[in-house]
Amino acid sequence: MEFTQLSLYDQAIMLFAAITLFTSFVMLAQSRMAPLIYTFAWQGTLLAVTTSLVAYVSNHPHLYISAGISFFLKALLIPWMLHRLSVRLNIHREVETVAYPSLILLAGAGLVLFSYYVAIPIVQLSALVTRNTIAISIAVVLLGMLLMITRKKAISQVIGFMSIENGLFFAAVVSTYGMPMVVELGIAFDVLVAAILFGVFFFQMRASIDSLDVDRLNRLREVDE
Amino acid sequence: MTALWLMLLIPLSGIFLQAFIGHLRLAGSINVGFAGMTFAASVWLATSVLADGPLLSPSRMMYIDAFNVYLVALTAFVGLTTAIFSRPYMQHEVESRRIGKRRMRLYHSMYQGFMFAMLAALTTNNIGILWVAMEGATLATVLLVSLYRTPEAVEAAWKYFILCGVGIAQALFGTVLLFFAAERVIPVRDDALLWNVLYSSASQLEPTVLTLAFVFLLVGYGTKVGLVPLHNWLPDAHSEGPTPMSAILSGLLLNVALYALVRIKMLVDGSLQTNLAGHLMMGFGLLSFMVAGFFLHRQRDIKRMYSYSSIEHMGLMTFAFGIGGPLATFGALLHMTVHSLTKSAIFVTVGHAAQIAGTQSIEKIRGLIRTQPAVGWGLLMGTVAIAGFPPFGLFVSEFLVLSATIKSWPWLTVPLLVGLAVAFAGIFRHLHPMVYGDPPEGQVAVRANMLPVMIQLAFVLWLGIAIPVFLSKWFEQATILISGSSPL
Repeated sequence: MEFTQLSLYDQAIMLFAAITLFTSFVMLAQSRMAPLIYTFAWQGTLLAVTTSLVAYVSNHPHLYISAGISFFLKALLIPWMLHRLSVRLNIHREVETVAYPSLILLAGAGLVLFSYYVAIPIVQLSALVTRNTIAISIAVVLLGMLLMITRKKAISQVIGFMSIENGLFFAAVVSTYGMPMVVELGIAFDVLVAAILFGVFFFQMRASIDSLDVDRLNRLREVDE
Repeated sequence: MTALWLMLLIPLSGIFLQAFIGHLRLAGSINVGFAGMTFAASVWLATSVLADGPLLSPSRMMYIDAFNVYLVALTAFVGLTTAIFSRPYMQHEVESRRIGKRRMRLYHSMYQGFMFAMLAALTTNNIGILWVAMEGATLATVLLVSLYRTPEAVEAAWKYFILCGVGIAQALFGTVLLFFAAERVIPVRDDALLWNVLYSSASQLEPTVLTLAFVFLLVGYGTKVGLVPLHNWLPDAHSEGPTPMSAILSGLLLNVALYALVRIKMLVDGSLQTNLAGHLMMGFGLLSFMVAGFFLHRQRDIKRMYSYSSIEHMGLMTFAFGIGGPLATFGALLHMTVHSLTKSAIFVTVGHAAQIAGTQSIEKIRGLIRTQPAVGWGLLMGTVAIAGFPPFGLFVSEFLVLSATIKSWPWLTVPLLVGLAVAFAGIFRHLHPMVYGDPPEGQVAVRANMLPVMIQLAFVLWLGIAIPVFLSKWFEQATILISGSSPL
């Protein structure tokens, strides 16, 4: 189907989904801590906007609640917590050296193509207006993993982790119009607890290895000769 | 029904109660009390299910059948014995490692939290809630792994958190895909994640989507089972966390993750009508079994060594569930039971042994049987049992799995036998000096309650000689449920 044949709302969903994917790429390339957290907050906001649009188009009012929860958690609370922690631990101005940035971005582009390939059997079965964005949700998950692999600061890894959660939430919204409410609430609870625990961990790491570089966590080896 | 609610509410209230009790001995006793009440409720539930058949709660959120009811009883039992062990053990740790009161409140509160998450995961009928509970179990234990706050413990906990977190995120994606497939056939949206609804309409689910979903779920829950190559978190978390944690992680968490995987496999098999899911599980299982066996030879930390043994046994169970016939399934169910009883008993003993020697290094643990005969004999008997020596239950279950393999995949018996021999040698080469060697000067006995260990090992022995009627009835019902036909 041609893009122009879709209704304006459907086009808006596609557009916002694409921008969400774009924020994933921005995060991959962003090496400064504070902007990284802001970009993550923007991704959460875009996710909530897309979800509300889907709720409006598909006439599924419960998605407004999901969008609200997701906005509160992913766009406000978690970024605020991360920002406050990074200020308190005095790392918000730190710049992380990202090795081979262009190569990472190319790998990211490759992952997007791969996601479209993986999504083919699902898209063929789906009759939802949002089916074309399923691949994007998979790509957000994979790019979150790539972010976690390429970074060494604990904060960037947490952002990668939360970005994977974003992708999963997005996948549930666009492929099935969201999971049942109980499950969604349970997942939101888990994400909230995980975010708090990550905060606790920053302090434990700072106290035990005097740094938030995950690279310095290298004492446990298979065999210590 | 009352038994079910009681069983879930007791640990849930325990979480909040324990958060306020700073008195260490009192908290330890309350922990034992709550675990005891949970166990009593689970026995009540088990007997009622045994008498009346499967139980579906009115809201259809809980579903108990033969498969999960025996795991529920097992989980509550091991939770109780570990709580009994934890009381003197943690008092000793608090004295020797100077753990603050706040951290001990966290410990007891999260112990109950972990039990709640495990029981919720086992009893729920909703696959989404199953995921939430599995993630909840990780969250409850992650701060316990870092309880000692040494750099190693923090590293182990971070690894555990990140690897299991990312791993289980895959399982969530798998669950979304499953929901996607189910929503197309099941008319009411909110029913589309209920296991009993899914199971009855499994044959209509779209096979291609379910294949994709199973791959994600296998990777996700497989991380928690500790399948190679997703096992890296497991030895670290086991070796650096407090020993009662290692006992319940090895004895319970791994079982529950495997339970989740088998439930999913039952759905996928119904949809695909081929054994693809089984083949994947066989591959991963056999790989874990072999790799862990070889790694056993290279360990220097006693808890690390026994955690590799857990990976090995989980691999064997995954393999057996993958084969899928009634004989293999029966063997796997029995193996789940005897392994978790034996392994938690071993970890309890190992905890005492490490306290006697003042270290976890295998080279420095010597002469246990002379310093404290109960601990020495416990370790010896436990290790003999876990290695699969004849009178113990693990011999029977491994023998069943082996005969099932000879029947359906004859050429796979070779790697299986080689793996068993390698693992056997790996564990035994370290055991002899630890138990019989000369004790270093000044080594003294510690306060230890070995009664739970003896009870558990006696149980394993009993299961090896004769399986009691009520248990064999459970296993048979569960086998019929999973594989479709009776093993007897």
